[in-house]
Amino acid sequence: MTERHWQRKLVDAMVRGLCLVATLAALVPLGLVLYYVTSRGIGGIDRAFFTELPKPVGETGGGMANAFVGTLELVGLACLFGIPPGVLAGVYLAEFGERRFAKLVRFSADVMSGVPSITIGIFVYTLIVLRTKSFSAYAGGVALAVLMLPTVTRTTEELLRLVPESLREAALGLGVPKWRATLSVVLRTAAPGIATGIMLAIARVAGETAPLLFTAFNNAFWPTGLGQPTASLPVQIYTYAVSPYDDWHQKAWAAALLLVGMVLILNVSARLLVRPRVRSR
Amino acid sequence: MALLGAEVNVGDLVFRGFAALFAVSIVLVLGAMALQMWVAARPSIAHSGWHFVVGRDWDPVRDSFGALPFIYGTVVSSLLALTIAVPISLGVAVFLTEVAPPWLRSPVSFLVELLAAVPSVIYGLWGIFALAPFLRNHLEPLLGKTLGFLPLFQGPHQGFGMLAGGIILAIMITPTISSVSREVLRAVPDNLREGALALGATRWEALRHAILPYARSGIVGAIILGLGRALGETMAITMVIGNRADISASLFAPGYTMASVIANEFTEATGDIYLGALAEIGLLLFAVTLLLNVIARLLVWQVARAPEGARG
Repeated sequence: MTERHWQRKLVDAMVRGLCLVATLAALVPLGLVLYYVTSRGIGGIDRAFFTELPKPVGETGGGMANAFVGTLELVGLACLFGIPPGVLAGVYLAEFGERRFAKLVRFSADVMSGVPSITIGIFVYTLIVLRTKSFSAYAGGVALAVLMLPTVTRTTEELLRLVPESLREAALGLGVPKWRATLSVVLRTAAPGIATGIMLAIARVAGETAPLLFTAFNNAFWPTGLGQPTASLPVQIYTYAVSPYDDWHQKAWAAALLLVGMVLILNVSARLLVRPRVRSR
Repeated sequence: MALLGAEVNVGDLVFRGFAALFAVSIVLVLGAMALQMWVAARPSIAHSGWHFVVGRDWDPVRDSFGALPFIYGTVVSSLLALTIAVPISLGVAVFLTEVAPPWLRSPVSFLVELLAAVPSVIYGLWGIFALAPFLRNHLEPLLGKTLGFLPLFQGPHQGFGMLAGGIILAIMITPTISSVSREVLRAVPDNLREGALALGATRWEALRHAILPYARSGIVGAIILGLGRALGETMAITMVIGNRADISASLFAPGYTMASVIANEFTEATGDIYLGALAEIGLLLFAVTLLLNVIARLLVWQVARAPEGARG
C-alpha cells in the first residue's frame, strides 16, 4: 500500500517536473533571441542609422532611415484600412449579431487569422499590384490591414461583451437611440481594452515580412509617394540577413534590435494597460 | 426600440447597416481570397494538371512545374516541428493551469506569448547566425554519432536544412499550441478536477483520468492550429531551410517549402504559367490551412465554448 502510494507520488512529482522543464525549454529560445539581438544589434545603432539612406553594395556606412519611414507609412495605412472596419464588424457581432450570420462572420474571422500571411500577399498582389502595375505602399497597407482585420474584430467583440448589460439598459432607458448608446456608452467603456488589443495587432503587423515582399516590395530611396514601392524594416532585415556582406549583417541586427524593441514595448505596455482593468472586474 | 412596433430610429438602421456591411466584408474578403487565387492559378492548373502535385522537376525555363519537393519540404518540416513542439507546448499548458503556483502563471504565460510576438524575420535572422552554426558544429555531429544508423541523421553537417527549419518552426508554434491548450484546460469544469482530487488522486492522476479526457478534442484542435501555422510560416523557415528543391531522407539536408518558393520566386516570375504555378502553390497552402483551421476551430469550440467573452 505505502509502496504504491510512494510510487504514485513519485510519478506525480516527475510529471510536474517535466512540465517545468518543458516551460523552461520553451522560454530558452526567447532568451537567446533577445540576447543575440541585443548584443549584436547595439553596436550598429548610431545617428547615421536613423538619418541616412542605405549605401550601395560595397560601401560601408549609411542607415535605413527610409525603412523607418516606410514602416510607419505601411502601418499607418494598415490602421486606416484595418481598424475602422474591424471595430465596426466587432460592434456588429457583439451588439446586433445573434443569429447564424454572426456565427458565420465569427467563424470566418477566426479562420482568416490562421491563413498564411504569404497567401495574403498573393491575394493583394493579384488584387492591387497587377491592376495598378506597380508595387506600392497602398498595396502593402492593404495586405497588413487584411492581416489585422480578424484580430481587431474579435478583440472588439470580446471586449464589448464584457461591458455590463446594465450600462446598455441605462442608456436606452434614458431614451437614447441604440446607435448613440453603442457609440458613446458601450464602445466608450470598452475603448481602453480595445485600444490595447489594437496595439497588439499593430505590434504583430509591424514585424510582418511575407505579405510585403510582393506588395510594398522594397526601395533604396526615400519614399516619394504612397503609390511607389516602399521599404520597410522587416523586408530590409530580410534582404540584409540573406546577403553575403558583413556590414549588411550588422545593419540587419541593428534593425532587428529596433523592431524587437518596438514590439516588446507595445506588448509590455498593452499588458500594463490591461492589467488593472482585468483585476477590477 | 421597435418593441411596440412604433417608430424605428433611422440612425439605428443606418448604424446597424454599416456595422453589418463590415461584418459581411470579412466573409467576402475570405471568399475573394479564394477566388483570386484560383483565378491566378488557373493557367497553371490547365498546364500542369496532376503533374503539379506528383512531379519532382521545377524548371521555370522549360515551363515544367512539379511542386512535390516543396510539398514534401513543407510536410516534413511541419511534422518535425510538431514532434518537437507538441510535448513542450502541452507541458507548458499543464504547467500554467495545473502545476505552477497562481502568482507565477500570469508572468510566465506573458513570456510565452512574447515568443509569439517576436517577428518571424527575427527568428530567421537568429536562425542564420546562431542556430544554424550551432547545429552544424554541435547538434548535428552529436546526432550523427549517436543516432547515425538512422537515415534521418546521415549525411554532411550543413546547419541549414530540414532540421534547422523544423526547430525554428517548433519555436514559433509552441506559443500557439500552448496558449490554445491552456485555454482548453481552463475551460474544463472545476468540479471534474476537484472531484478527482477529492477521491485521492494525485495532480497527475486527476489530469490523466479526469481532465485530459474532457479536453482531448480541444487539445487536438490546438495541435492542428499549430500545424496550420507551421505549414504557412514563411520568412523564418525560408532563411534557414537551405532552399534546395531536393527530396532527401536526411534531416541534415537542405529542403524547400511551399511558402519559401513563393517568397523567393514570386517577384521574378514571368509569364502566366510560372506566376500561375506559384499562385497554385499558394492556393494549395490556402486550402489546406483553411481546412485545418475549420477543423481545429470546431474542435476547440466544442470544449472551450467559453461563456461568451470570458477570456483574459
